[in-house]
Amino acid sequence: MSISIFTLFLILPLASFIFQISVGKRIGRNSHWVSLSFIFVTLCIALGNLFSEISHHSDEHTSNLVFKWIDLGTFKIEHGFQLDSLSAIMLVVVSLVSFLVHLYSTEYMKGDPRYTRYFGFLGLFTFSMNGIVLADNLIMMYVFWELVGLSSYLLIGFWFEKESAANASKKAFLTNRVGDIGMFLGIMTIYFFTASLGSATLSFDGITALFQSSFSSFSQSDITIVTIAGVLIFCGAIGKSAQFPLNIWLPDAMEGPTPVSALIHAATMVAAGVYLTVRIFPFLTPQSLEVVAVVGAVTAFGAALIAITQKDIKKVLAYSTVSQLGYMVMAIGVGAYQAGFFHLTTHAMFKACLFLCSGSVIHAMHHALHHLHDHKTDPQDMYNMGGIRSKMPITYASMLIATLAIAGVPLFSGFLSKDMILAGTLAYYHAHHGWTIILPIAGFGAAVITAFYMFRLIYLTFHGKPARKDVYDQIHESSLPMAFPLMLLAGLSLAFSFTFNLNPMDSHGWFTHLISEGINVVGLNMSQVIEGIHHAHHDAMIISLTVAGIGIGMATIFYLYILINVNKLANKLNFFGLYDLSFNKFYIDEIYDAILYRPFMWFCNLFSWIDWDLYDQKFIDFWGWFTLKISDGAGYSDYNWLDQKLVDGFGKITNKFGQGLKVTQSGIIQNYLLGGVLGFVTIFIIFKAF
Amino acid sequence: MNESILSLLIFIPVIGALAMLVFAQFGGKENPDGFKWIAVFSTGIQLILGIWLYLNYNPTDTVLTSAFTIQKEWIPQFNIQYYIGVDGLSMPMVLLTAFLSFICVISSWKITKSPFGFFALFLLLDAGMMGVFVSLDFFLFYVFWEVMLLPMYFLIGIWGGPQRQYAAIKFFLYTLFGSVFMLLAMLALYFYSDPHTFNLIALIDTAKTIDATLWGYQIKYLIWLCLFIGFAIKVPVFPFHTWLPLAHVEAPTAISVILAGVLLKMGTYGLLRISYPLLPGEVYHFATILAVLGVINIIWGAANAIAQIDLKKMVAYSSVSHMGYVILGMAAVVSNSKAGAEAGMNGAAMQMFNHGTITAMLFLLVGVIYDKAHHRYIFFPTDYKDKALAGKQGFGGLGAQMPIYSALMAMAFFAGLGLPAMSGFISEALCFIGGFSVDTTFAGESSIIRVLTIIGTLGILLNAIYFLRAFQHVFFGKLNEKYKELTDISLRELACVVPIAVIILILGIYPAPLIEMIAPTFSNLIDLIQSTPITGI
Repeated sequence: MSISIFTLFLILPLASFIFQISVGKRIGRNSHWVSLSFIFVTLCIALGNLFSEISHHSDEHTSNLVFKWIDLGTFKIEHGFQLDSLSAIMLVVVSLVSFLVHLYSTEYMKGDPRYTRYFGFLGLFTFSMNGIVLADNLIMMYVFWELVGLSSYLLIGFWFEKESAANASKKAFLTNRVGDIGMFLGIMTIYFFTASLGSATLSFDGITALFQSSFSSFSQSDITIVTIAGVLIFCGAIGKSAQFPLNIWLPDAMEGPTPVSALIHAATMVAAGVYLTVRIFPFLTPQSLEVVAVVGAVTAFGAALIAITQKDIKKVLAYSTVSQLGYMVMAIGVGAYQAGFFHLTTHAMFKACLFLCSGSVIHAMHHALHHLHDHKTDPQDMYNMGGIRSKMPITYASMLIATLAIAGVPLFSGFLSKDMILAGTLAYYHAHHGWTIILPIAGFGAAVITAFYMFRLIYLTFHGKPARKDVYDQIHESSLPMAFPLMLLAGLSLAFSFTFNLNPMDSHGWFTHLISEGINVVGLNMSQVIEGIHHAHHDAMIISLTVAGIGIGMATIFYLYILINVNKLANKLNFFGLYDLSFNKFYIDEIYDAILYRPFMWFCNLFSWIDWDLYDQKFIDFWGWFTLKISDGAGYSDYNWLDQKLVDGFGKITNKFGQGLKVTQSGIIQNYLLGGVLGFVTIFIIFKAF
Repeated sequence: MNESILSLLIFIPVIGALAMLVFAQFGGKENPDGFKWIAVFSTGIQLILGIWLYLNYNPTDTVLTSAFTIQKEWIPQFNIQYYIGVDGLSMPMVLLTAFLSFICVISSWKITKSPFGFFALFLLLDAGMMGVFVSLDFFLFYVFWEVMLLPMYFLIGIWGGPQRQYAAIKFFLYTLFGSVFMLLAMLALYFYSDPHTFNLIALIDTAKTIDATLWGYQIKYLIWLCLFIGFAIKVPVFPFHTWLPLAHVEAPTAISVILAGVLLKMGTYGLLRISYPLLPGEVYHFATILAVLGVINIIWGAANAIAQIDLKKMVAYSSVSHMGYVILGMAAVVSNSKAGAEAGMNGAAMQMFNHGTITAMLFLLVGVIYDKAHHRYIFFPTDYKDKALAGKQGFGGLGAQMPIYSALMAMAFFAGLGLPAMSGFISEALCFIGGFSVDTTFAGESSIIRVLTIIGTLGILLNAIYFLRAFQHVFFGKLNEKYKELTDISLRELACVVPIAVIILILGIYPAPLIEMIAPTFSNLIDLIQSTPITGI
């Protein structure tokens, strides 16, 4: 395929954005056809590219479309496209989910006053996300990285009249920026490190090739620098993929419209962090991979714990997303590169499906409540739903399939990818022992919890008795534009879609054919890792089947047959504050608020006081005051002393003298004569004496 | 044409001002719009000439080889020359001055208080700015530098806000205080150089050979210090920055635009035009201090901006922060990495231009809302005169009421916080890359500038905080009922803002036009500084 055709991945969505922003409003609702068709074209190109990639797969990839961005002489930055299997698959994922979300939104967002702007923002997002996928170097990725941040900001805050939405959009952008600082520092570190090796580069292939040839001559401090650079760049992924400790923004981001949550905050943008980590995997040292693995494990397990107790259907899915992203990150950390990217792909399908299904439910609930003029009941609270499976069969079936996928049940895609990740963690433990036991524990633990909370969601929403009979009666299945994406994504959550292989336990298929097991050029022995994963595979499968069974079983006992009263259990657990801890998300927001945000604002206000009230008004203006006082003093002394006393003093003295002399001018001739004689005598004496 | 174009650029506004004087005598009283048209006409011609100059400008020329350079005797007794020219350092500034002057005239259309005085003074200010950017003779430079001050004083003091007189006198005295140091440095350079000259190109060779001491200090070191104080006040570098928020807040919109967009750049321009080439050895010793001050500017300016409740004051402090990037980038000239030094120096020059456009857009947009709502509080102060409003949110929900205005403001804010695809990102990133490169200087000494830069990158976050916070409180949330009659931005205001927005976007996506203009000059400047043998102070 000609390389210039890939520019369409940027041009078409951007054109959609510009079109909708400039003239969309005048055209009205029908303008969505433009966006839909543009994205559909990119989907077709992406699929064509993927098929050609599958049929002529090779590890060689070259990019010859180079855009000279900055050229200062020695310092140069050039952008090009990274065309390989990774980007081929990602392009399909992005275009597919984006297209389905566009389609779904034509129904979901119907009647919104800013309908066309919404489609414009979706276009902007798709443009930026494709940019990330196609970026062949770190700076280009950073550029589009920030731009997806912008589109995320605009879409989370789409209903900006809601204060919670406005807050959430700001929080998302700022939290991401924290990670981006790290990423930017990491990029600079890598740049000047490669420059010190004699060939400054920021392109993924360039860095990999450079390190491959020079790693053998790395000193210990070189390895430390590469480790630091790797961890710093990974900070960007921590922000974008909502890993601990920057996970706080993603659940709040659910304030955006649900299709947006499906596209951006579940399937694609949040996976960009994982995509970045996959891209830099070749030059992540074993030490930095350790950090990656631990961050992923903590996130996967912690977020799963929070998801158990959430009542809002979207919040459950949000924490589930955080947890699954943790899985992917952990997979890369333990060297299971292929597994991490595989899970990214399968997760994109089933999580997009889950979100769109939840959107379908919320949409139906919203309309039902609207019909009943009930504006108090929360349409997203699962405890207000119940039993609606008979009313929404398509939604129910799709959501169930996606839930089976995420829970890791055989025949469904999630089973394959999750199993590979868990094998990776087991293998990592086998190779390293010691503390690394926490990785498989976190992995399998999170798997139990995931199966549990997902089935809790299914049972609370679709099974049991309706919480509100009047609402239940008003619930309707969604129409085709919304239902079609659900069915398609549910189909893509089947294991078969990723393998074309009838053995449900075997993950080998087109995907594993395309995505290699990865290379690492800074000290990780990949063949050993692959060997280890291969050995651990059998154990991992058995354990993961068991834990999925346990999770589903417990949820069934608690929420479907209600054999155990959950509230009582929760109260008992709450003896240790466990329930509250989970329900309140480990109080991370509150802790950040208390130790970071409030002191920070306090300091800013203090600085402002110091700057203006103290420094400027007191110190700087003091000199003005001081000068005025000196001038006053000078003016006073000039007039009162110099002029009035000294200068006028002479005048006065002269005057007085004159006054004194005046008496001699008596007009009496004798006195004048006497004076003359006295004067004469005096002069005579003086001359005589000397 | 080639010979006279620079003189025309300077003196066309003066001719415009004189034309106003004539017009005022013959019918100007009855027809105040005439003054505006004269101003539009003069700045318009100036802008066209500026664009012509840009199209004919060859970036690889130095001022010595350029066809535009003019060198004529002015006061031969003291070897003072009328010596003007352009190179990669001044070219973007000349364009920026011509462009913003034209925009500002249009944006001041609604001035009713004595339009004659306003526009005549504005044109004189314009001439002074243009003169500063093309002067190659220190005496001439100094004359234009001072010529600017007086119109500025009156423009703030007469057409400004409630505290205008205080702001004007503070601005004037503070700047004059800096001028005294600059005058000292200028005279010292003149008398210590052999032969005595104010010629800035000739001084490149002679100034560094000055070998004299005063009170035990190298005279060159003292000259550098004096120049630095003079220029630092203009930038403004912390701790000389507090005249800025006051002057910006009190000045009328167009004057704030000129202040932030052009005048601040004169400080860094002066450093790059005079201090850097003339005293390269001192640059080396001073680089760390420059970096420290640059980082303080970035962080302190941003932290203060976060605490502001007045939109205009917030934008003013953001200027302090953004000028810090320029200073940090300039410090990178001592890097042992050629690429790093290039990134820092070009980044600084680009940031001067880009900040000029971005901050102009910000001030213009703040002016728009001020004209409509007669206040610009994000939150009303707790001691506001109207007790019912004290401490309350000033606006809120304007996003739905004024969609075009909000979109432009969003763009300006995101440009300000350094979003990629906007010009500010490239220059800020280059300044950081430059600073980050300096862990060793070209003379082989280790340096802390890298560590300082790492601290400085906190600015990436801090600058986002205040812009997003302001955006939320002004445009998001429920519409403030008081403003449901507010109309969207007018066509005239759009005509001012949109051209700037287009430039910001183009240079953000495709920075090559700007880079090609400046890179050769800075390559020479870096070579000049890095080839200087380093001695102790």
